[in-house]
Amino acid sequence: MPDSDVNLLDRLEAKGVTRRDFMQVVTVAAAAVGLPMTLAARMAEAAGRKRKPSVIWLHFQECTGCSESLLRTAHPALANLILDLISLDYHETLFAAAGYQAEDALRSAMKENEGKYVLVIEGAIPVKDGGIYCKIGGRTALDIVNDVAGKAGAIIAIGSCASWGGMPSADPNPTGATGAPEVLKGKTVVTLPGCPANPYNFLGTVLQYVTLGTLPELDSLGRPMHSYARVIHDDCPRRAHFDAGRFVEKFGDAGHRQGWCLYKTGCKGPQTHANCSLKHFGEVEGAWPIGIGHPCFGCTEKAIGFRVPLHQTVEISRPVPPDTYPPIHADHGGVSPLATGIAGVVGGIAIGAGLVASKKMAAEQDSHREEK
Amino acid sequence: MDRRSFLKGVAVAGAAGAASSAVPAAAREKATAPADAVGLLYDATLCIGCKTCVVKCREANGMVPQTKASGGLWDQQTDLDGDTRNVIKLFKDGERTSFMKAQCMHCVDPGCVGACMLGSLQKREYGIVTWKGDLCIGCRYCAVACQYNVPKFEWWSATPKVVKCELCSHRLAEGKQPACTEVCPRKAVIFGKHADLLAQAKARVAQSPGRYEPKVFGETDGGGTQVLYLSKKGVSFEDLGLPNVGDEPTPALAQTIQHGIYKGFIAPVALFAAAGFVTWRNRNKGEPGGGA
Amino acid sequence: MSASARHFDVVEGGDHAANYSPVGGPVLNRFTRLLLVVIALGGLATAWRFIAGLGATTGLSDGYPWGIWIAFDVVTGTALATGGYALALLVYILNRGQYHPLVRPAILTSALGYSMAGLAITIDVGRYWNVWKIPLFWGSWNLNSPLLEVALCVMAYIIVLYLELAPALMEKWRTGTGPLASISRSAYPGLMKALPWIIGLGITLPTMHQSSLGAVFLLPVLKAHKLWHTPLLPFLFLVSVLGMGYAVVIIESTLSARFFGRKSEGTMLAKLSQWVVYSTVVFLVVRWVDLIARGRLGLAFTDGMYSVFFWAEMVCFVMPVVLLASPARRANAGYRLMAALGIGFAGALYRFDTYLVGFRPGPGWHYFPAVPELLVTFGIIALETFVYVWAVKRFPILGGAPAAKAKV
Repeated sequence: MPDSDVNLLDRLEAKGVTRRDFMQVVTVAAAAVGLPMTLAARMAEAAGRKRKPSVIWLHFQECTGCSESLLRTAHPALANLILDLISLDYHETLFAAAGYQAEDALRSAMKENEGKYVLVIEGAIPVKDGGIYCKIGGRTALDIVNDVAGKAGAIIAIGSCASWGGMPSADPNPTGATGAPEVLKGKTVVTLPGCPANPYNFLGTVLQYVTLGTLPELDSLGRPMHSYARVIHDDCPRRAHFDAGRFVEKFGDAGHRQGWCLYKTGCKGPQTHANCSLKHFGEVEGAWPIGIGHPCFGCTEKAIGFRVPLHQTVEISRPVPPDTYPPIHADHGGVSPLATGIAGVVGGIAIGAGLVASKKMAAEQDSHREEK
Repeated sequence: MDRRSFLKGVAVAGAAGAASSAVPAAAREKATAPADAVGLLYDATLCIGCKTCVVKCREANGMVPQTKASGGLWDQQTDLDGDTRNVIKLFKDGERTSFMKAQCMHCVDPGCVGACMLGSLQKREYGIVTWKGDLCIGCRYCAVACQYNVPKFEWWSATPKVVKCELCSHRLAEGKQPACTEVCPRKAVIFGKHADLLAQAKARVAQSPGRYEPKVFGETDGGGTQVLYLSKKGVSFEDLGLPNVGDEPTPALAQTIQHGIYKGFIAPVALFAAAGFVTWRNRNKGEPGGGA
Repeated sequence: MSASARHFDVVEGGDHAANYSPVGGPVLNRFTRLLLVVIALGGLATAWRFIAGLGATTGLSDGYPWGIWIAFDVVTGTALATGGYALALLVYILNRGQYHPLVRPAILTSALGYSMAGLAITIDVGRYWNVWKIPLFWGSWNLNSPLLEVALCVMAYIIVLYLELAPALMEKWRTGTGPLASISRSAYPGLMKALPWIIGLGITLPTMHQSSLGAVFLLPVLKAHKLWHTPLLPFLFLVSVLGMGYAVVIIESTLSARFFGRKSEGTMLAKLSQWVVYSTVVFLVVRWVDLIARGRLGLAFTDGMYSVFFWAEMVCFVMPVVLLASPARRANAGYRLMAALGIGFAGALYRFDTYLVGFRPGPGWHYFPAVPELLVTFGIIALETFVYVWAVKRFPILGGAPAAKAKV
């Protein structure tokens, strides 16, 4: 019986994923991306449709970490969920096939789902020297992406490399590694930066597209507002320490052991848009940089990640008051000793001169009569 | 000077005085809040010191966070100043503690308005005291006169302005509340018609006498203020930094005396007429043709 | 010739009895060169104030919005420039013509002093580009503000002072050639005719604004210390200004005689010093009665530094009165000078105490003038002195026959 005819929940049940697991994952995913809780029912309904949306997943200059972060989940449910929601028609890492068969699969998927498939790009695209630094099946990454993107219904760039160039684009960027939006000018590209991208951000985006047929609200860089509108600093669990002025000065010091704020060790949280502080990685609580005691290095931001030294501090983009309070009558600073000195000397001279002069004059007059 | 010229001088003075009495004298009546007066009620017993009002005030008024004192870490204010129109302070004396929201009191009869030479500071719509710069020379008499030390000055600027809370009159014009009252999570500071807020404040004190100091600050203080304060029982208003100004409005004394002296401008004109006349008279009394 | 008529000899264009003449000689010497250096430093500090703002160049703050530029340069500076006013009362109202030779230099001192106060105020205010609006935007006048009265009155009085000084300037200019000379010649008679009314203004305007300078400090009811804040502030400021005016005339005349080689007007000054005593006694009596009646005398003993300043003021007021009590000492130029300096200082201290020392904005605020602030004040004083020296050397300001070569 074709897959599409079987109810999604039954299918998952068959794989050992209970209804409860399903609801749990969907609820969390929905909440994380701001979709309503009632989505679960609609999701099941959508998944029961005859045709699952086709997804073509391209790899370029990448480490495959984004795919791994998707797969390395504590619960198999998430991976399965994603893979069952969609029809993954091309994925070099997960494919059993290789070589010509893989290329054929790509071409036929493109033909059958023309204008409707979701293109997911993982990895940067080199543009220098005609793009020869990444070739798959004899074609440059540049050619492949322009070809496949040309007929895609939606484009998602997962990870910092695909979003803006990522690690391959670090100075001096010898290959001209570039993000997908820059290569695919004029097209709407949903970018999910991160190194790796948080899999829940991907899930939320796909959920919305599959269930509602729309893409989430994007900011000027193509990042979904549901995950990238706020900076790490504003949702950081160590924020109370920042507000109270409790900082780690050196790795391993007493403050570090107590989990104090890592700002002074170079945390880029105040400038980095991401939701790592809210949803940790690998579904392990605390599995994110600050959670394990290392400052955030701004992996989602083009201007910061792989560019600004790890332990260099950044400006606070939106400073707010600290945890301390001024007293009713604050001390407003004192007197300049230099000015006091000068004024005293001049004043003293003036008064002294006046007294001396008039005394002299008085004495003079006393010694001889004044002219009339 | 002989009796004759003296009497003539007095006559001239009297005539001049009569002529100038055509100018009406301004009587010092008791000022009252306008009928549509709006204001704030700050209940210190409800405030939790979250400082959201401070952050929002900054944003609503386009003011830049002050991070220099903290080395770039925080927006840190120690008091109202040329960048800060609203600040949360903490009173602490052993067990007695209270937060205090400091900003312009929007007095019914303000000292700053009485002081300002060209009327840059005035009570405008809804009785809100606002500052307009086109006639301000930056003399800071308003800062000298205000009993609450509210008007602040942009000392660092080559083109300084006078800065203070103006009850977000630009937001009121759009039908919104002041920023601080809109965001307060405990409704510790609320906005409304002055008369309503005063009634509410008095009701709170009457209903919970064990909770509040038995007084609404601003009901009569300094002639009344449109920003009212309620304090925790055991914490006096002076503890919160609100001086004991009495019931007389700040400008009352100065204006009573000045009006007394200059009423109708009679005295100066009379003095001028007398002085000029006497001088002229004395000169003409000299030998004909003057000279040595 | 009657004593009463002597004082208006300028009518015919020559005061033979008073014998006004320029001191002559070079304006630049060691002393005036030193003044120029101080003026230059003050000029640099002033330029810096306009570039960097008041915060960078003064010790002013939100707690102390007024500092020495107001307390000294404006309030005390104008008080020390009331020589012309104080003398006008004696000479033109009470008809004591014998003081007339003192009038011109006093008017010069007054004109310069008020001009310097005007300069100081323009430097002090933060939004100086709006100052011209004060006399012109009469629809916006807040007639309740004592400071408005001061501003308008001082602006008018400066004009009056230069009109009163004009005869001295015209007497020099009209002897020359060029447009200045012809203007002087044609305007002179008209000016002379209008002079009584100009003098009338010269008596009315200072009465108004010197008392209003006291009224200005009626407003900060709680922040002004109770040893100084009283409803009688306008009256006390006016009475003390009389003493200061006569004192400055004595100082100016004594120093001019000393340094510009003019005959000393000893007898006149001795008589004048009596008026110093009268006005100071009235001031002291009213001050003390007021303090006692208000029950504030206790503060003079119990309030730490404020009590100290109060007593310093009292000593400075009483010492000259004691000094000038005896006719012998009044006749002695040295004691007269000492007493006059004392009254000048006392009046200045009274104003400093009212405006600055006794101003308490609350705990946590401090004020002391910054170095550029001090340089501007010294520069203004030096500028006034320099222009004074230049004017008496080039214009017929000082009376009395030259008795010796000028030392300065």
